[in-house]
Amino acid sequence: MEFILISGRTMHQGETLHSKCSEDYMKACAICEMNPEDMRALGVKEGDIVKVISEAGEVEVYVKPCEGLDRGIVFIPMGPWANAVVPVGTDSTGMPSFKGIRVRIEKSGGKVLRGDELVMRYAYD
Amino acid sequence: MPTIEDVVCPFCGCLCDDIIVHVENNEIKEVENACKFGAHRFLTVKQHRIKKPMIREGQDFREVSYDEAISRAVEILTKAKKPLLYGFSSTSCEVHEVAIELAELLGAVIDNTASVCHGPSALAVQEVGYPSVTLGEVKNRADLVIYWACNPMHAHPRHMSRYSLFPRGMFADKGKLDRFLVVVDVRKTETAEMADLFLKVKPGYDFEVLNALRTILNKGDIPQEEVGGVKKDTLKELAERMKNCKFGILFFGVGLTMSRGKHRNIAEAIKLVRDLNRYTKFSIMAMRGHYNVTGFNEVLSWESGFPFAVDFTRGYPWYNPGETDANSLLQNRDVDAVLVIASDPAAHFPKESVKVLAKVPLIVIDPFESLTTKLADVVIPSKVVGIEAEGSAYRMDAVPLRLKKVIEAKDLLSDLEIMERILEGVKRKLGYKAELMVER
Repeated sequence: MEFILISGRTMHQGETLHSKCSEDYMKACAICEMNPEDMRALGVKEGDIVKVISEAGEVEVYVKPCEGLDRGIVFIPMGPWANAVVPVGTDSTGMPSFKGIRVRIEKSGGKVLRGDELVMRYAYD
Repeated sequence: MPTIEDVVCPFCGCLCDDIIVHVENNEIKEVENACKFGAHRFLTVKQHRIKKPMIREGQDFREVSYDEAISRAVEILTKAKKPLLYGFSSTSCEVHEVAIELAELLGAVIDNTASVCHGPSALAVQEVGYPSVTLGEVKNRADLVIYWACNPMHAHPRHMSRYSLFPRGMFADKGKLDRFLVVVDVRKTETAEMADLFLKVKPGYDFEVLNALRTILNKGDIPQEEVGGVKKDTLKELAERMKNCKFGILFFGVGLTMSRGKHRNIAEAIKLVRDLNRYTKFSIMAMRGHYNVTGFNEVLSWESGFPFAVDFTRGYPWYNPGETDANSLLQNRDVDAVLVIASDPAAHFPKESVKVLAKVPLIVIDPFESLTTKLADVVIPSKVVGIEAEGSAYRMDAVPLRLKKVIEAKDLLSDLEIMERILEGVKRKLGYKAELMVER
């Protein structure tokens, strides 16, 4: 299914900001909030793992229902999981496009990585 | 138990200066008045700390002395043709001053986290100006408060209670009862739940909605029945409210700077506020994130003429976001060493930038373990500014406040001491004669 992805600050993300190698940080940020009807259409329930795919890459995160989101829009807290699908380029402003990213989301049998595991992969790519 | 009053919170751009900290045997035992972020910052200050300077050896780190880590940092920086100095938003203005001197001396590029938060706002302000106020004026006067593309309930938890919505002000003495809250966002956030009027905009359509409001204000009507997912009647209602308030304030967040349109969205919001001043008093303010992101933009502006993304490779300041900012430099593979201080770009930059960060020689100065320290070649631990070291910082409305030291961290150097030692080392390496070196 196609979605527009928004990333941003959450209270829980801010609280775990200085313990980024912990499971707490992963629980706070490796989540994809989605309208419950979209979750039903995708065949997933809270806590299931989904793969978020954009032109820039793909990442596995846990899915979580959110009534405040319209259908077709998903939210991932700012952090390395959301940034794994942020496209290259800044439209000549210096600012990457952290919000409004076109993504495809599918149910996944994969594993959600911890923040340091995700980032260390880039070092040895 | 010593009690320290009027402590300034070193977390977000609200820079709350009414925190009370209770200390016993150099441990912070209790914190009063702070939000969840602030209290957490003070109470867990000793957790997840880097204890010793470290140098990478293969996939592991070797603990070293401060002297050894600093000389390795000096070696990396002086060997590089185009180093990048990045971060700065969670440290003091005194550190910024030394870092800018270092950037100029090295012929480096210097940038702060504004380039991934309100950099586009700076571009818009340079184009159309910035009719802004202090938060004190908002508290005393505002009867119409608009939060556009921001969620203070999650990002600036005391903003509404200290400065904008709930406090009793001189001309808004009933607090919330004297004020009308409008929230504009692409999703119904907790902040939006509190709004008297909520406008849900389609993602990427803020410019159109701002432009429609200007058209209604200036021409009385728009031909469309709906703009960016918002009905014409709702836009007209908001335009009327804005025209008829006594003192309006538009707070905007990174929902405008990070989505389609970027600096154009901000310029349009500023133009709307400019137009409104034909009818009433109206102001605008960026919801700045890190506690001293504003401070870096202030210091760099008065030292180089530009607020962020300044390139000294030509021997004079050159500013061209899209070329001289951290992400463009990394994604274009246009840097050969990076020094990161008081920031975690490995967590907050797009993957393509982090991949490059992982491959170039990387020096990180930070009190805490972060994802960037995991990728570093040299890690230098520091004191937490605002808790273990003093310094100056600027609130989101550009009001400077003094950060306090509330506990000791005797085994660690401060960001300022580390940066001064690096600067001194670079000067020696570049052949500056000791007698000509001015004591800072």
